[in-house]
Amino acid sequence: MLTVLLILIPLIAGLITFGLKGSGPKALGLIASLASLAVTLGALFQFRTAPASLQFNASWIPQLGAQFSVGLDGMGLMLCLLTSISFLLIFIVIFNREYERANSFYGLMLLSQAGLVGVFTAYDALLFYVFWELALIPVYFLCSLWGGEKRIPVTFKFFVYTFAGSLLMLVGLIYIYLQSPDHSFSYASFTNGSVAPQDQSWLFWLFFVAFAIKMPIFPFHTWQPDTYEQSPTPVTMVLSGIMVKMGLFGVIRWLLPVLPKGAYMWSDVAIVLSIIGIIYASCIAIVQSDIKRLIAYSSIAHIGLMSAAIFTNNELSLQGMMVQLFNHGINIIGLWIIVEIIQQRLKIRNLNEMGGIAQYAPGIAIFLVTISLANIGLPLTNGFVGEFLMFSGLYQYNVWFMAVAGLGIILAAVYTLNMVQKVIFGQSNALTETTTDLKANELLVLSIIVVIILVLGVYPKPMLELVSSTTELVNKVY
Amino acid sequence: MNALISTALSGVVMMFAGLFVSNKQRIKYIAIVVVLACLVANLAELSTIEAGDRTLYGMITVSRFSILFNAIALGATLIFFLLSGSAFENVGEHVADYFALVFFILSGITLASTFSSLLMLFLAIEIISIPQYILAGSDKKTPKSSEASLKYFLMGSFSTGILLMGITLIYGATGTFNVADLGLGAGKVNTLALCGIILVAFALSFKVSAAPFHFWTPDVYDGSPTVFTSFMATVVKAGGFIAFIRIFHGAFIGERISADWQLLLAIITAATLIIGNFTAVFQQSVKRMLAYSSIAQAGFMLLAVVSVNTYATQGIVLYAAAYSIATIGIFAVMIKLKDYTFDGFNGLARTQPVLAVTTAIFVCSLAGIPLTAGFFAKYFVLTAAVKQGNLLWLVIVAVICAAISAYYYFRVIIAMYFKQGEAETAPITGGFKVMLIITAAIVILLGIFPGLLLQLI
Repeated sequence: MLTVLLILIPLIAGLITFGLKGSGPKALGLIASLASLAVTLGALFQFRTAPASLQFNASWIPQLGAQFSVGLDGMGLMLCLLTSISFLLIFIVIFNREYERANSFYGLMLLSQAGLVGVFTAYDALLFYVFWELALIPVYFLCSLWGGEKRIPVTFKFFVYTFAGSLLMLVGLIYIYLQSPDHSFSYASFTNGSVAPQDQSWLFWLFFVAFAIKMPIFPFHTWQPDTYEQSPTPVTMVLSGIMVKMGLFGVIRWLLPVLPKGAYMWSDVAIVLSIIGIIYASCIAIVQSDIKRLIAYSSIAHIGLMSAAIFTNNELSLQGMMVQLFNHGINIIGLWIIVEIIQQRLKIRNLNEMGGIAQYAPGIAIFLVTISLANIGLPLTNGFVGEFLMFSGLYQYNVWFMAVAGLGIILAAVYTLNMVQKVIFGQSNALTETTTDLKANELLVLSIIVVIILVLGVYPKPMLELVSSTTELVNKVY
Repeated sequence: MNALISTALSGVVMMFAGLFVSNKQRIKYIAIVVVLACLVANLAELSTIEAGDRTLYGMITVSRFSILFNAIALGATLIFFLLSGSAFENVGEHVADYFALVFFILSGITLASTFSSLLMLFLAIEIISIPQYILAGSDKKTPKSSEASLKYFLMGSFSTGILLMGITLIYGATGTFNVADLGLGAGKVNTLALCGIILVAFALSFKVSAAPFHFWTPDVYDGSPTVFTSFMATVVKAGGFIAFIRIFHGAFIGERISADWQLLLAIITAATLIIGNFTAVFQQSVKRMLAYSSIAQAGFMLLAVVSVNTYATQGIVLYAAAYSIATIGIFAVMIKLKDYTFDGFNGLARTQPVLAVTTAIFVCSLAGIPLTAGFFAKYFVLTAAVKQGNLLWLVIVAVICAAISAYYYFRVIIAMYFKQGEAETAPITGGFKVMLIITAAIVILLGIFPGLLLQLI
């Protein structure tokens, strides 16, 4: 029941928000995200005591063998936790910002949360597809309505791109559905291995392209930097912190167990594409002068490593990757929050026009440095745990792959430290001298993020335990 | 049977209504009541066929499926009257006659869903077509309307001739008009019959505007009065498809013969999808875009004709309902606008939020976004084609075309929501808004629970 509640809270709150006025939307958004977090924590508790009670089944379309079947495993729970924490943090950060048509803004944000949670909890293939599409629509509207100058063509490209990928996946789903002996969309009949090996080979691509566009990995990434740049920053946080995880999640939940032989057949290609993405995106990030684009490209590089780790067929690597799903989400949202703060104060995004902020806003500087170091994956920060496990898995798979991908760490250090240096150190100018330090709500949010970074960096065990059940399950069939 | 009689009688009733009732509003209300009566009469027949299909003199067969389809056609017409009935007055003087013609078309459609003889098929197609030629040319003030009518008439009669030729060849090969007795599936394929089947396929492709027989569609749809385009592009097209699927799945079926026409139809389907979708992208007028979109959607419905299985029959019913309702809704909104180009929709979300939201839902349904009826419609026709096994290439073409269709459908949403402008509309009544909301609610309801419709089949 808790699982259904997790979807219903943002859904209903979102629909109500459309009708509210004044500061109502803000308040309801905050309340709903707090409630979601509370329910997630309740589910976390229940997962330890009675995991079966998190499953929920109801009849949906009996003629098709499609059920409204939702549930939570370790990975799903972790991603739901990430979603509810992120939305709460986002709502706190933007609490003192005034959006035009705030009711629609908060309403769409909450609807996208409902869609995302739906994706992470669906245990029925058709339901998964429906939520997969639904998560996209509110985000499309958010970007197009509140984005930057070029928002309309950019988000349109993003929409058509992902829609095309989803449709290919739909064909794959239908094919597997027709192959399944009982003609059902249930997770059990999808994973019972009824798909013939020669079919798995091409079906793999139908799914992989859909997920690869969402992640995004090279060469399907071209929508991403423009969209991140043009979107309003809160939406960019949702996109890069949570939505790209849909792609990685999809691979683990719906690709590896459903098409294990296909995944095995094409793992080399998938890893090579991911590694190309790491190097390519890192190199572009180095020469970026727009801070939003820089972080966007750094995100492609990080996602590339995660998608490479999935296909190594290695338990440790998979576990590291899942932990990284959470940690990358937290870190990248932290970076975007700082970008949002700087952009709010200075109204610029060009790195070369910034500098010397540390003198005037030491708070911003401290948090930027900490989160940047976590983003590079320095030991004692949360980023390190996942990256270490992923690299060790990649090493066992193929030393050369690991060596090339390892360059990504060095390049990440180059562009991240370069960014830190240009933003907070160096000569200040007339504009940056006006920077004011953190407000209370910003301080609160960034402190929470840094606490998560450090705690999970020093003591990652609870997170690793949480996802271990999923890892075992995937490894059993894969 | 009831539907056929009641719609034909309703046509006569409407003609007399034109004589005795001068108030145009009242004529509209009469039409709404009459179509409701037809709907009830049609559904009342369900109880009589529980024992099995009922055949009359070997000419028509009433089945559960046909009654359901008639109900959808009549229901869509009801929505059409409720949303756009007032727009009939803007076309010309003879409002009652227009309603009468619509009812005659409906009787043709009910015949198309029940025929069991090739002669009845021919009659059905003709009864559907002739009133349309008149409706297309009903706007006497603009030469474009007359041009549309003439074009439609010439091309339409030509294709009718081809249909007749096809039926003749099939008769020559088999010696019967009765669909059940054709026996084309058994034994060796007769060349004469095959030629007949091909000619029938061409003629019906013309009627449902499949490529390469689609060239009349944009001109006729663009030239006809918008309110009639709305009907011609939806309910009438669905009627054409029901004839198509019934003759091909009912009569031209068999191990060898199906493979022969399937390849031909698969190529026609692919051409329709590609031409319809790619051309729609370049349109500047929403009305013309919808004309090409109707070709594109015909491509998706053809997927169901090509694939012979139960998903296909379920799919065509769901598709006909989803497509008709959504398109009628968009046309109803468009009729209220001053400017039919995409720019004419600019800023509609601010000036008329209800119209914008409902139009967005209709557009999403046409694009096949989940939680709208259009998604499950597409889902079923795609499943039908995947199930067929050897048509995967066609499925891939179809999904790529579906992605392209999102491009031009979402241009409407972009114009309404993201572009600045003051979309000018005719005065909008509260009743119209309520009707739009109800229609949009039906679209969403069918999108969440398609089982409501499927359990009836």
